[in-house]
Amino acid sequence: MSNPLSNGLSISSEWLVWIRQALAIMRLETKKSFLGRRLVAVYFLALAPVVVLLIRVFAPLQPEQLGTPGEAGMVYAIVFQTFVLRFAVFFGCMSIFTNLFRREVMEKTLHFYLLAPVKREVLVVGKYFSGLLAALVFFVGSTIACFLLVYVPYGNGYMKEFFVEGVGMEHLLTYSSVTAMACVGYGAVFLLIGLYFRNPIFPAGALLGWETINFVLPSFLQKISIVHYLQSLCPVPLPPGPLAIISEPTSAWVSVPGFAGLTILIILASAIRVSRLEVTYSAD
Amino acid sequence: MKTDEDRIILDNVSKFYGEVLGVNRVCLSIPPGITSLVGPNGAGKTTLLNLICGLLRPTKGKVSVLGQTVENPDLLYRKLGYCSQFDAFPKGLTGLELIYGYLRVHGFRDRDAQQMAWSALEIVNLTDAANRKVHAYSKGMRQRIKLAQAISHRPQVLILDEPLNGLDPMARAEVIALFQRLAADGAHVLISSHILHEVDMISDRVILINNGYLVAEGNIRGVRNEMQEHPMQIMVRCDHPEAVAAKAFELNHAVEVKVHDDGRGLLIRTRHADQFYLMLNRIVLDCNLSIETVAPADDDVYSVYQYLIGTDGGRL
Repeated sequence: MSNPLSNGLSISSEWLVWIRQALAIMRLETKKSFLGRRLVAVYFLALAPVVVLLIRVFAPLQPEQLGTPGEAGMVYAIVFQTFVLRFAVFFGCMSIFTNLFRREVMEKTLHFYLLAPVKREVLVVGKYFSGLLAALVFFVGSTIACFLLVYVPYGNGYMKEFFVEGVGMEHLLTYSSVTAMACVGYGAVFLLIGLYFRNPIFPAGALLGWETINFVLPSFLQKISIVHYLQSLCPVPLPPGPLAIISEPTSAWVSVPGFAGLTILIILASAIRVSRLEVTYSAD
Repeated sequence: MKTDEDRIILDNVSKFYGEVLGVNRVCLSIPPGITSLVGPNGAGKTTLLNLICGLLRPTKGKVSVLGQTVENPDLLYRKLGYCSQFDAFPKGLTGLELIYGYLRVHGFRDRDAQQMAWSALEIVNLTDAANRKVHAYSKGMRQRIKLAQAISHRPQVLILDEPLNGLDPMARAEVIALFQRLAADGAHVLISSHILHEVDMISDRVILINNGYLVAEGNIRGVRNEMQEHPMQIMVRCDHPEAVAAKAFELNHAVEVKVHDDGRGLLIRTRHADQFYLMLNRIVLDCNLSIETVAPADDDVYSVYQYLIGTDGGRL
């Protein structure tokens, strides 16, 4: 029997094979990233703010109870930077990405991939992007829905003015991009944590603590966190609290490429870890 | 280390799980053909197979498969297929999706992957169940789908951990015929099995392992001949067994002779089987003996296993 790949009949270049392999892994993983009891918490985190805002849309509120659009924009900014970034995306990514490899070890199915002629880097990239796709659908989708729902009660006329002639569309794109970057960054970090720690709760707790106290840390320490760069990009800055230490926001020209570079480094570190993985879940 | 391109080579390989020994100082050079790995539970068979497949890394020593080291999975697994004992599959997949998905992960194009997946399913007689979820498969079907996965990319080396488990006699015969076909085509088929009579029937070579150590390796008859401390048993069915017995006792290498209860044969234990066969030839000519059967009685895997590992070696 001859193998059409090893005798070169179906292969045009190594890169094409790697891309095909990564896409094949994504196809197999995507279903797992969207379905399963384990994802109930992720659905809850993504949908909870949408449901709350839907209730606000349909509730018979008086104009004074509704507040001005400017006030609503500020409330959204607070909710986004505190609940969405620091809580929903954080725990959502933790649930999705720490399980990409851990789940396979627990279900004793990791050998399915480890027995295929696939570079460990390609395997990590395929799995990471499948998780990222799910995280983006959940949380960027939630961000877009929430942002639109915040302004729906002000009527079609205001919506048109705000999104077409005002800054609405720009804010929407910025919030969506920040959420996407949060998924990219937290996703990579949790992928690595899932590979190095049997129980990811403790390192995740430490990371959450660090991200939470970030605003009271000295300026140079604030820069060693994900949330600092994300908040720097948000279109509506939050008023600093009484304990906050003011630090210069990092420009998008630095934070975006820096974020991408750091993510690539973390994925490479994950690939090194995967290349040293052993299947020890059998009893001889 | 040998760099033989058509062999599986283990060069002084040891594997420890912390303080626990998996296998110790194993040296093997496995040529094409069917090789069986035999040993009691916990002997280190699966560890050895996982080391060859790269699922485990040796604590010491080196492993290479057809010249490829296990550090390069992207090259190794083009040549190697592994039917593991792990009875777990990615959730929610049908038999066809499992094999097709596996081939896509290999990098095959859609059309090739489809064609090869169906071909593998056909070989293991699972085409009717191709669109059923693997989790709904019976034990025997799961065994066959694992086999289909292992052979789907047409590897030159096939490693099979207890591949006959759970198969009915018919399926077992078909699978054995498949192994023989692959071996005849020049493939390496390395089988771990505890069904000794089938191992004996299909293997070109055996590897006996116990407590993590290599006990014996090679052609089973060759291994048996090396075991001088255990006299060979030869069964002779003939019309005058007492004449053969009398002559046999003249040989100083004959340890024991037992004439069969029906008086139509005997069992001799001798340290020099070749000399006994020469003597038997002479008796046939001198006494006009009518011989029905002459056969070694203990040069099969089972006997070698009993001699080298014994019942103390653990349950098979």
